[in-house]
Formats: sequence, structure tokens, C-alpha cells
Amino acid sequence: MVPLVELTPGQTGVVRNLYGGRRLIGRLAALGFTPGAPITVVRNHGMGPIIVSLRGTQVALGRGEARRVMVRLAEQPHDDLSCA
Amino acid sequence: MTICPAHKEIAPAQRRSTSAIHPVVALAGQPNVGKSTLFNMLTGLNQHVGNWPGKTVEQKSGTFTYGDCTYTLVDLPGAYSLTANSEEERITRDYIIHERPDVVIAVVDAAILERSLYLLAELLLLPAPVILVLNMMDVAAQEGIVIEPQVLEAALGIPVVPMVAARNRGLLTLAATLGALLREERAYEPRRPTILPGHESVLEEIITHITPHTPHPYPPDWVALKLLEGDEEVQAMMLDALPAPLWEEIHALLREHEDAILDIAGARYAWIGRMIRAAVARPRVGQVGLTARLDAVLTHPVWGTGVLLIVLGFVFWLTYAIGTPLMDGIADLIEQGAGLLHGALGGLPAWMAALLADGVVGGAGMVLTFLPILIIFFIILALLEDTGYMARVAYLTDRFMHMMGLHGKSFIPLLLGFGCNVPSILGTRIIETKRARLLTILLAPLVPCAARLTVVAVLTPLFFPRYVGLVTWGLVVGNILLLAIIGVLMHRFILKGEQVAFIMELPLYHTPNLRTIGLYVWQNTLAFIKKAGTIILGVSIIIWALSYFPAGEVELSYLAHLGRTLEPVGAWMGLSWQMMLALFTSFIAKENTIATLNILYGDLEATLPALLSIPAALALLVTQMLFIPCVATVATIKQEVGWKWMFISLLILLALSLGGGVLVYQLGSLVLG
Repeated sequence: MVPLVELTPGQTGVVRNLYGGRRLIGRLAALGFTPGAPITVVRNHGMGPIIVSLRGTQVALGRGEARRVMVRLAEQPHDDLSCA
Repeated sequence: MTICPAHKEIAPAQRRSTSAIHPVVALAGQPNVGKSTLFNMLTGLNQHVGNWPGKTVEQKSGTFTYGDCTYTLVDLPGAYSLTANSEEERITRDYIIHERPDVVIAVVDAAILERSLYLLAELLLLPAPVILVLNMMDVAAQEGIVIEPQVLEAALGIPVVPMVAARNRGLLTLAATLGALLREERAYEPRRPTILPGHESVLEEIITHITPHTPHPYPPDWVALKLLEGDEEVQAMMLDALPAPLWEEIHALLREHEDAILDIAGARYAWIGRMIRAAVARPRVGQVGLTARLDAVLTHPVWGTGVLLIVLGFVFWLTYAIGTPLMDGIADLIEQGAGLLHGALGGLPAWMAALLADGVVGGAGMVLTFLPILIIFFIILALLEDTGYMARVAYLTDRFMHMMGLHGKSFIPLLLGFGCNVPSILGTRIIETKRARLLTILLAPLVPCAARLTVVAVLTPLFFPRYVGLVTWGLVVGNILLLAIIGVLMHRFILKGEQVAFIMELPLYHTPNLRTIGLYVWQNTLAFIKKAGTIILGVSIIIWALSYFPAGEVELSYLAHLGRTLEPVGAWMGLSWQMMLALFTSFIAKENTIATLNILYGDLEATLPALLSIPAALALLVTQMLFIPCVATVATIKQEVGWKWMFISLLILLALSLGGGVLVYQLGSLVLG
């Protein structure tokens, strides 16, 4: 699992867990950040908010918030070769 | 003739409106789903805009007639869910639970069906029948999404109406469906979302415990679910309602199941997945929608910023090329009108003629002069919001605004301040959190408005003929730097609170709806005239009276007396009491600084430069730039955040401007010997 903030644009993963206060979790969960939701990072420039795509819509997230969303990276075919 | 359904009176005592004879229909939906467009299309000008009792959130209600039947329509604020995360969400659920509308129309964006159905999953648990409106079917088609409403209807067990509200498509079907549902000619058997098996037993346990104690009219199973979701408001309510030992028991259960919140939300999304599986065909992989294509440029760090600068340039051009000249034109007309009136009222006592011509006409005229610039700004705001571009502006500017504990949404309102602070303060309504909104309102008067800049443009050449550009630039940059510093300080020390979480949906781009924009501009302009306008007129008359009585001349007036009392403060800045007086008259309108100086000193070009040393001239300019805003701005601040914060804002600005003036004068005197 990695924090969402560490994904680069184009990388896809699945939401695993959220950390933070009840309020933050409540807001994120309502927007679709629930375990099992596929998520793709659209913009992440290393500073400023990131943009992700999930459940058919795009959401901008502050870096602080994106650090609290844990995702499992989707398996990437290229990596499989090198791991074998 | 059809039989019109009547409103089911549940608790007459609770009802405050007289419209209770008509069935009450509530519109609910997430932000950006086109709910307001539907509301405007249905009600047209038959609507009333106010605030929810005791809240700063706008309340819109209206009536519409279909066939022989009339309905009362209430527009609930946009809410992503029904947990007490925001004021909007609390209002929405409280309204449905306490006021019991006869039908709730749940509006969703067909193009982002999955996410926008989340609210429906929550609405179905409340005691009101729901009609689902699939709005923006055209946008969905444009994004390559195909939806079969009948299939969705069969899955959900509630009426589903496809719609393009902006093009008036589907409204008649909605009205017919509404009538049929109210007359019970139509089946209503909703399939509600369930909780995941892991938390089923604990939910049952809580329901059993709390049912005898749940206050009316809350549904116990809903309360139990909200308790599990950790809803603070419902927890507080049940803490009062339950006997202490029972609350302890429930509280322990909740503590044990703190993770339930994600499970419950997850179960709702799983339910949505089951509901839409058969009804929705997604675009083929690789098909890129319009929004994605536009965002490839518009949220790009370089190109996006470039486009933003062009858009901002256009906004400024509109303000200064159209708004300001119109403002000046109206001001001239008013002045001439006041002059004519003065002549015509020759028969009256002098003070009465002056009161009518200068106080009343001048004050009312000032309200009028604001209109062109306000209308321009409301159009810009509505366009930015309605097209979906506003969210991109917020995204692009967030990093910069973050330093002040604000986020990108505060950027546009503050920027509007360069034209006029009034729309800037009204524009803060787009900011969701109370704290961020308040901070933005407190900072807004530090943005120099067109009128302040006019004063600078007149005064600077008098004192610094060779450095006009440099001094003006320095003054503007100084204001912005101060705004940033005050923002950081307030964020750190005064309005600390929770750092605003930046979580913002980037809605799909839409073609703006002219009716929505027109009504937005109309209602906001009208509200300004009615609310702020009355205060402005009142205060203008009072200040006018202070500057007129007792002798009929400003030099001998009560206001001049105040200026003289402040002479010691003026002395620290190297300013005479006349100049302090000029600053105070700028409270009516910023341009008054010049007008008052003219009255007191005659030809400014000949007199002023000789009166003030360089440090004193700088002090005058700095103080003017930071001084308390005009009465229109102050009245708007009062209207938006109340007396307390209005006075705090005034005190901050008074301290900053006088402090700034003293500092500049003293430092300047030191350096220049």
C-alpha cells in the first residue's frame, strides 16, 4: 500500500483505506473514496493539489488529504516481467 | 379535470408558511448537478430567495403549476451526503425530517451517475417518497455514456425521469410523474441500500436499544445508522435523549465499530453498482470526453495558468473598460440631478434642500452607481460557476492561497475586489467552510478597489510627478503583501481552527444556461439593493448630516470636530486635521477623499504639494489605501457575517491604516532626515 500522493499521473490503483478524522473520512467516503474503488491519478506535479479520477468524476485533493488515502497499485505488466 | 393532490398536513404547528395547501416538493441533489437550473425552469420568476432561518445558506422556494395543480417547490442546498459534514447537508436532512415534504425530487448528473446516486442512497432512508431525475442526459451522451431509464427504474423501484433541464426536456414528464405519485396512481416500492454483513448485527442492536428513546420525528433506523457513521450532531442528540447508562453502552458499541463509516459508505456504493449495472453502458476504453480534452489544457500547470491569466485579463478589461466608465457616468448624472434638485428646492430651508439633494439623492445614487459593476461581476461569477471553470481556477490557485490557510475558492472573490469590494464579499458565498469564508471576507477590503485606485491616480501625480508609476505600483503591491501577511497571521493565530481540507469536485464542463445566469444576476442584484442598499442609504444620510450640521459647512461640522479630535494621531503621520477629515468622509465613498480635500484646500495642484513633505504624502497615500472600506462594503460585510465580525473588520483596518501611516511617516522622516 502507498499513499495516493505518491502516485504519478497515469498510475492507477485501488483505494484500500483512509486515515484521518471522522469528518475528513466522511467527506472523502461520500465522494467515492471507499475501499475497493479504482482510482487514477490525473495530475500530480509534486506540489500543490493533485487531481484524481474515480467513480466517473474528477476530484482535486490537497496533498495533505492525498497522504491519508492509501491505495494498492494496480499490477503493471512491465513490472511482472522484472519481478519474475 | 384532474384531482389535485393536497399537502399532507403532518404537524401544522411546525409549519411556518401559508403555502401548506399545495403539495410541498423538495429538490435535493449534489452540487453541480443542475438542480438550480431545474428549479429556475420550473418556477421562473415565481420564486422567493432568502436565507434558511439562522443560517447563511441561501433558501429558495417557489411555486409552479402543471395542468390544474399547483405545487410549492423548495430548493434544498447542494449536499454530497446527509452526514453533518456541512451546513448544507444538515439543512437538507433537517428539512426532510422535520418539514416532511410530500415528495423529494433527487436530481443526479447522468454523466456521473455513480457518484451522484450516493445522495439518493441516503435519501431513500428518510420518510418521503423520492423521484429520481437523471439530469444532463445530453452531457452523458456527449461523454459516451448510454443510460436506460426504464431499466434503472425497475432496479430502484422508484420513478425515474430522464431530463435535460437546461433545454426544457423532461420537465413535463416530471410534472406528470409527480402528480401520479401524489395521487398514488403509481407504485412506489423502493429497494433501499443495506449495510454490509459485518455490521448488520450491531446496527440491529443499536436500533433495538434506541427505538423507545428516539425523539420525534426521527426514524430510529436512520438515527442508528448515523450513529454508526459517527455523525456528531446525531450523537449529541442521542446523548440528550438516552438515559445515561444506555448511552454509555451505545457509546462503547460505537467505539468498537469506529471503522463502520467506511463500510457503510462502501455498502452504498456497492448498492449503486448493483442498481446501475444493467442500466448503464460506459464509453469504450480510449474514448476521450470533452471535459478530459479541455482539461488537458485548462488544468495544465503552464497552459492552464496561461489561460487563467487571459481570463483574468478579460475580467479586468470588462471592469475597467465597461464597468468603471458606467459607474462614473451614473455618478455624474446623480451629481447633476442633485444640483438640479438643489435649485428646484430653493423654497425649502437650506438644510432640508441639502438633505434631500445631497443626503438622500446622493446616498440612493451611490447605491445605483454600484449596479453596473455588480451586474458585470455577477455575470462573470455565474458564468465561471455554471460552466465548471471556477473549480479549475480554484485548483490552479490553491497552492498560493494555501499559505494563508485559504484554498483556491477564495481566489476569485478576492480578485473581484480590484473592481469593487462589494461583489468580492458577496462572491465569498461560493466558499464552503465558514472559517475560510470569514477569513476571505476579512481580507477582502485590503484589495484596493477601482475607487481607491482612482484616488491614488489623482493624488500621486501631485506629490510624485516623476514617479507616478513606481509609487502606484508600490502601493498596490504593498496592499497585496499586507493582505498575504495578515492572512498568514490570522490563519496561524486568530482563526486557527481546522486547516481547510481541500477536497473539490471538478465538474464536467457545461454550456452555461442563460436563464440560470439571468436569474442569478437578477436575484443577487435585487438582494443587494434591498439589504445593503437600505443600510448604505441610511449611513450615507447620517454621515452627510455629520458633515453638514451644525453650521452647514464641512469645515465647521461635527465630522470636522472629529477630525480635529484626531489631530494628534494625524500629527504622528504628518497629516493635518483636514486630511484626517478627508479620510473619514471616504467612508461614504472613496472618491470623497478628493472631494473633501477640494472643499478644504481649493485647487489641490496648487496647495497640497506644498503642505506635505514626502514622508507625509506617502503616509497619506498608504493610509488611504488601507483605510476602512466604503459604507457599501461595510454594509455588505454586516449582511454576510453580522455585526460582530463587521466591527472586528473595521477595527483591524483602522489599526492597519493608521498604524501603516504612522510607520511610513516615521520611517520616511528618519531616512530622509
